[in-house]
Amino acid sequence: MRRLRGKLAPYLLSLPSWVYLLVFFLIPLCSMLGMALAVGNPLTGYILSDNFQEFVTAFNNYQDAFLRSFWYGTASTVITLAISYPVAYWIAFYGGRHKSTYLFLVMLPFFVSFVIRVLAWEFILSDQGFLLGPLKAIGLLPRSYHLLSTQWAVIGGLVYNSFAYYVLPLYVVLEKIDRRLVRAANDLYASPATAFMKIILPLSAPGVFAGFLLVFVTNVGDFVNAALLGGPGTYMIGNIIQDSFFESQDYPMAAALSSMLMLMLMIAILLYSKVFGAEAIQEYAA
Amino acid sequence: MNVTVPPMPSAYKPSRLGERLLACFTWAMIIYTMLPIAVMVVFSFNYAPAGRIALNWLHFTLANYADAFAIQDLTGALIHSLEVAVGSAVISAIIGTPLALALARYKFWGKSATDLVIFADIAAPAVVVGASLLSLFLALNLPRGLLTIFIAHVAFNLAFAVVVIRARVSGLDRALDQAAADLGATPWVAFWTVTFPLILPGIVGACMLCFMLSIDDLIITTFVAGQTLTFPLWVYGAVKVGMPPQVFVLSTFIFAGGVVLALVNVALSHRRTVA
Repeated sequence: MRRLRGKLAPYLLSLPSWVYLLVFFLIPLCSMLGMALAVGNPLTGYILSDNFQEFVTAFNNYQDAFLRSFWYGTASTVITLAISYPVAYWIAFYGGRHKSTYLFLVMLPFFVSFVIRVLAWEFILSDQGFLLGPLKAIGLLPRSYHLLSTQWAVIGGLVYNSFAYYVLPLYVVLEKIDRRLVRAANDLYASPATAFMKIILPLSAPGVFAGFLLVFVTNVGDFVNAALLGGPGTYMIGNIIQDSFFESQDYPMAAALSSMLMLMLMIAILLYSKVFGAEAIQEYAA
Repeated sequence: MNVTVPPMPSAYKPSRLGERLLACFTWAMIIYTMLPIAVMVVFSFNYAPAGRIALNWLHFTLANYADAFAIQDLTGALIHSLEVAVGSAVISAIIGTPLALALARYKFWGKSATDLVIFADIAAPAVVVGASLLSLFLALNLPRGLLTIFIAHVAFNLAFAVVVIRARVSGLDRALDQAAADLGATPWVAFWTVTFPLILPGIVGACMLCFMLSIDDLIITTFVAGQTLTFPLWVYGAVKVGMPPQVFVLSTFIFAGGVVLALVNVALSHRRTVA
């Protein structure tokens, strides 16, 4: 009796979560795939078909937005990595007693709503705002100069919003590195650069990849930065999905686009979990 | 015979200059991090002509704070946000704790599949989660509103709750609840008297993280909200027509509340570890 209970325990314990995630995460993903294959319109209802025409149309029409999303996603993730690695490194190695204070300061944006953060940047970067306005008034910048609705405003917004998300996993791995290894390398006449390349960088690789994946996936699918900081020329795939749901009400198209985005990102996620294990990334995710 | 070992020469001392540069860079990034927050707080005290936030500094006023709750829709949206955040945080912790226990303490068939699903739930792009939930609600003909927002928020919070609580459970000494079992406690009693108090900080941490994620969420909520507005949705909708100063005032409140809560939590856990 007791042994049976011991065997059943993990299944009973995981049952509630499994049911919830099945009904409200896994089944919706499948039902979306189904909707992408549906034909019909909002008035007559939809029937399921087996044509993949919607996917072909979706890809042909929105190639540019896909490419742009992947470009913004890549650029913003690489820039975020470049600025958050030194910060995480300094806090982990030289933060001393105040490590948690520095981390707390980096985490402060989490206490401000995402949309407010983006809004504040729109505010800061606006053509006549307190940053560009005075520069234009004294003639340092041409009157027509603008940052908003350029791709760099969108990428900048994405970088700002992912900064803290990248510092965290990097800090976690860097903090775990045994300092004696670095000392040993120094004693064996490794230059600081060599010690960094041969010890610190390889040991922090899991954090670099975990952060890269999480930030990249979030940024490729974002539409808020593009909507508030960008213009018509910076439409990302997220904007198109949102528009097809709410403006043109072309549900099959929206579903096809989201399925394609999910599929592309799923490949990246599966590759990652094959290499590093699915459990590893959870450690860095929260 | 005496052998004297000469002190090992340490070839390179870590360069002070490099450390200084890194420190400056870190502080520059911290300032960059704070810039939009400072703008939000400072401009919440700026005079707002015609009830719209001005782009430049006009003059100091407390009027925005006096009228903080003057816009009923906005206040209502904030209340919706708070309700959903509290509700979804608590439910996520209740559903997630058993799974966290199972993952941290047992090896079972389907464990790696569970890990993968949890991971996918965290990593899935918000726009896809939102769109797929909307597809489901449309297929079920479920009217969109507070309930669907709540369902969606639990769906993305659950994975985070599991990960945070699991980390806490993994750090526990199994000897403690085994001792309880040896002393005749049933698993149920052992859980409530031994395990639960020990993992409580993890559960509280998970609730706080879920609360923040929920009150912050815009992308998933846009898809499942229907006509119901949450705070981020209201703000997003007001972008085209101009922003009332109350938006900055209320988000300054949320910011201050969050920071105070976090500091209290840190102070409490510090006292626990010291005592």
